[in-house]
Amino acid sequence: MERLIFEYSEPGRRAIGLPLCDEQMERDPRLNRHVDDRLTPLPEVSEQDVMRHYVSLSTLNYHVDKGMYPLGSCTMKYNPKVNETVARLEGFSHVHPYSADEDIQGLLALMFDLEKELKVITGMDKFTFQPSAGAQGELAGIKIFRKYFDLKGEKRTKIIVPDSAHGTNPATSAMAGFDVITIPSNRQGGVDLSALEEAMTEEVAGLMLTNPNTLGLFDKNILKIAAIVHEKGGLLYYDGANLNACMGLSRPGDMGFDIVHLNLHKTFSTPHGGGGPGSGPIGVKEHLKAFLPVPVVEKKGRRYYLDYDLEKSIGKLHGFFGNIGVVVKAYVYVKKLGTLGLREASRMACLNANYLQKKLRKKYHLEYDRLCKHEFVLSGAKFKKYGVRTLDIAKRMLDYGVHAPTVYFPLIVDEALMIEPTETESKQTLDRFVDIMTAIAEEARKNPDLLHEAPLTTPVSRLDEAAAVKEPDLVYKGDL
Amino acid sequence: MPYTPHTEKDIRQMLDYLGYDSVDRLFKDIPAKARFKKERLLQPGISELEVMRLMKELSAKNKTVDDYICFMGGGAYDRFIPAAVDHILSRPEFYTAYTPYQPEVSQGTLQHIYEFQTMIARIYGMEVANASMYDGASALAEAAIMALHTTKRKKLLISSTVNPYWIRVVESYLYGFDAEIVMIDEKGGETDYEDLAGKLDDRTAAVLLQYPNALGIVEELQKVRDRITDAKTLFIVMADPVASVFIKKPGDCGADIVVGEGQQLGIPLSFGGPYLGLFTFREKFIRQAPGRIIGMTKDRNGKRGFVMTYQTREQHIRREKATSNICTNQGLMTVAAAVYLSLMGKAGLREVAEQSHKKAYYLYRQLTALPGIEASYPDKPFVNEFSVTVKGDAGALKAYLKKKHFLAGILLEHQYPGKKNELLIAVTEKRTRDEMDAFVRECASFLKEGGEK
Repeated sequence: MERLIFEYSEPGRRAIGLPLCDEQMERDPRLNRHVDDRLTPLPEVSEQDVMRHYVSLSTLNYHVDKGMYPLGSCTMKYNPKVNETVARLEGFSHVHPYSADEDIQGLLALMFDLEKELKVITGMDKFTFQPSAGAQGELAGIKIFRKYFDLKGEKRTKIIVPDSAHGTNPATSAMAGFDVITIPSNRQGGVDLSALEEAMTEEVAGLMLTNPNTLGLFDKNILKIAAIVHEKGGLLYYDGANLNACMGLSRPGDMGFDIVHLNLHKTFSTPHGGGGPGSGPIGVKEHLKAFLPVPVVEKKGRRYYLDYDLEKSIGKLHGFFGNIGVVVKAYVYVKKLGTLGLREASRMACLNANYLQKKLRKKYHLEYDRLCKHEFVLSGAKFKKYGVRTLDIAKRMLDYGVHAPTVYFPLIVDEALMIEPTETESKQTLDRFVDIMTAIAEEARKNPDLLHEAPLTTPVSRLDEAAAVKEPDLVYKGDL
Repeated sequence: MPYTPHTEKDIRQMLDYLGYDSVDRLFKDIPAKARFKKERLLQPGISELEVMRLMKELSAKNKTVDDYICFMGGGAYDRFIPAAVDHILSRPEFYTAYTPYQPEVSQGTLQHIYEFQTMIARIYGMEVANASMYDGASALAEAAIMALHTTKRKKLLISSTVNPYWIRVVESYLYGFDAEIVMIDEKGGETDYEDLAGKLDDRTAAVLLQYPNALGIVEELQKVRDRITDAKTLFIVMADPVASVFIKKPGDCGADIVVGEGQQLGIPLSFGGPYLGLFTFREKFIRQAPGRIIGMTKDRNGKRGFVMTYQTREQHIRREKATSNICTNQGLMTVAAAVYLSLMGKAGLREVAEQSHKKAYYLYRQLTALPGIEASYPDKPFVNEFSVTVKGDAGALKAYLKKKHFLAGILLEHQYPGKKNELLIAVTEKRTRDEMDAFVRECASFLKEGGEK
């Protein structure tokens, strides 16, 4: 077990010094009555202490550079190193956000060109990079829903979300003051058209959908769905979490979506950083351009500029322009692969997923047995009779040195194991993964206790989450 | 360019196993009308060598804070970042990990966030911190929403001295909510405390202030606290984390929620992001708080460990009843901040704050001694950012200084139409006496020549 950084602390120890301050420089006497003479109790450690502490902590983590991460809906693909090197170039990383347009022509050109590539991939007409993550992209999109109908003078109070949707979809709808109507999936795992038709009234602002959906299945009725929503004057929002299935193959813009968010930290290979930063740009169709948050990047002649003048803008969602450091990494990825390479990435992602799905469908249970796209959802329900739950299977996987899949999601599959291998895993890695899943299925039958005890080889065993709520310890209370 | 590892043999074997003759067959379920057919729009990629060349060209077309001497702030500051910060950030164990949903293989991330929460709570004098928001502005907006939920009231009072961009973010976040935003006037560079008192009532969910404010001035938090007599109304402060280890902590002045922009804590300027939203609050409000929170607990063998806790507030469990829709946050930026805070430490961070102040005060005295420049708010205290009023065209002065390689500051008129010829100047520990003396000399020379240059 690694000590807390506070447990390294020794009074008077320092890691970093500053140049001496000129003695002529003194405190403003007007400030004196505001000054607090006490020092804030932060650690007192050496640089070596810091390095040892954080390196020790780092070794307790699983990560993409260590092994396979079959987390459904999270697209844990490999993060090319050149992305990181480029993002650290000072012309990107040392630029002040209040810089004048003439001083940021390279950055604006980059954003303009990436937007152009994303338009090709999505079939949308205009993008903003302001949202910091997928959920903030959704927020931008749903605020646009709201403003669009407000300006039209239509009172629409509801949004439709399928029961297979990501949790952010209903949560976002609520953050824009909409009531959520949940509609059931049909037997093929897609949107139930009659349920949609019934729910889609003139009180409904629109539908939030991901396609392929969270079962990894492409909804064949997508054009009908779009027609039903548009016929009643509604808008269609595309949750881009699953775009990795169809780049260069099928575009949300052609499917009929009005607003799209992308997750650059999923589909466009920027790293997840242990939970962020991400980037969730949104793209809109022509008729919604004026609603985007400000500023947007425009070009006049050979000069790029930030345009704050959008008459119907929903305002701003970020203090500045978004997680631009992440945008730079995504741009490198897009340039390196090209849009043709992006299509190849999607093709291989779907090949990998179908290969794994077929290899595992008999060993586990496949509720929706069809051609999948980039991910699929198994059920661990058949091991219940041995007293084994999906959680136990997931924990046992950690012992075998692979990350667990997304579990218990989507909610419509009992004991769900949602697997997304991504395109960057080789056939050989997938075969090893199949061996591991086969071995665990065998263990579940013959030695269920082993799974109940799992994981056994990780830095800690299963943790008491109930105690963490009952007796909350959220900050270190010791003196420093 | 190579990215996927599949050999032709792999692909053939996999297709054989699936019983398909081509990869295209995997997409036969996509209806013809939804298929992308404009093949000609797709372009091949370029090699890593060419990518590096292209990106260096683009990078060279931007001017950095190293090309100039930077006195620009306004919520993003040119501070010193110790080398060790980037060494830790470059570890794939941190940057290529996912959100710690499997705690047994994420203890590095989880323990680190617990430590981060502790340090941020201590800086602000608060009880609990969350695991981060996107940036300072969205943290402020989420604090406003949290106040609406906690108090079940609809009125928010926001001081006009809060950064106007951040106010715009709050307004955008609240669009569609049944809520009313009422602005409190500014008076002489600070919140008009009497105007505030007049606008407070039993419908007020929260009062929102910035500390020091967007004009650099240290607000009288105690005066605000004293005026909030209704026990339900929350006091929300957006505080500078570096200043908060030098001047009185907002938590000690009775704030209920304290948020901030954490860029100054070891995060490069990066044209405005990724930055770090800091979010702290009193423990009694925990069930209304947005975002992830990490707690300490024990494993089955009694060993100390860390988990994501109070998850029933979050979108993946509560869906439309969640306290916020936030999922991905700014994880890696919390590593930067915690490593920075550990390296600077108790004495070091104080020194950063105090040196920045002393340097700012030095520059302030030199500048306001010039005949053409005066303090915009002469009797108000500041920490390391202040406004001066130029007798003449401040825009022309700024343009002149840029030719002399200074980023002179921010023209407040862009954000506050009434503040003509006011220049907001920020000074950090990185500025030297020579740089500031040269800056003053150039200002003097511009003013002497009547601003003609």
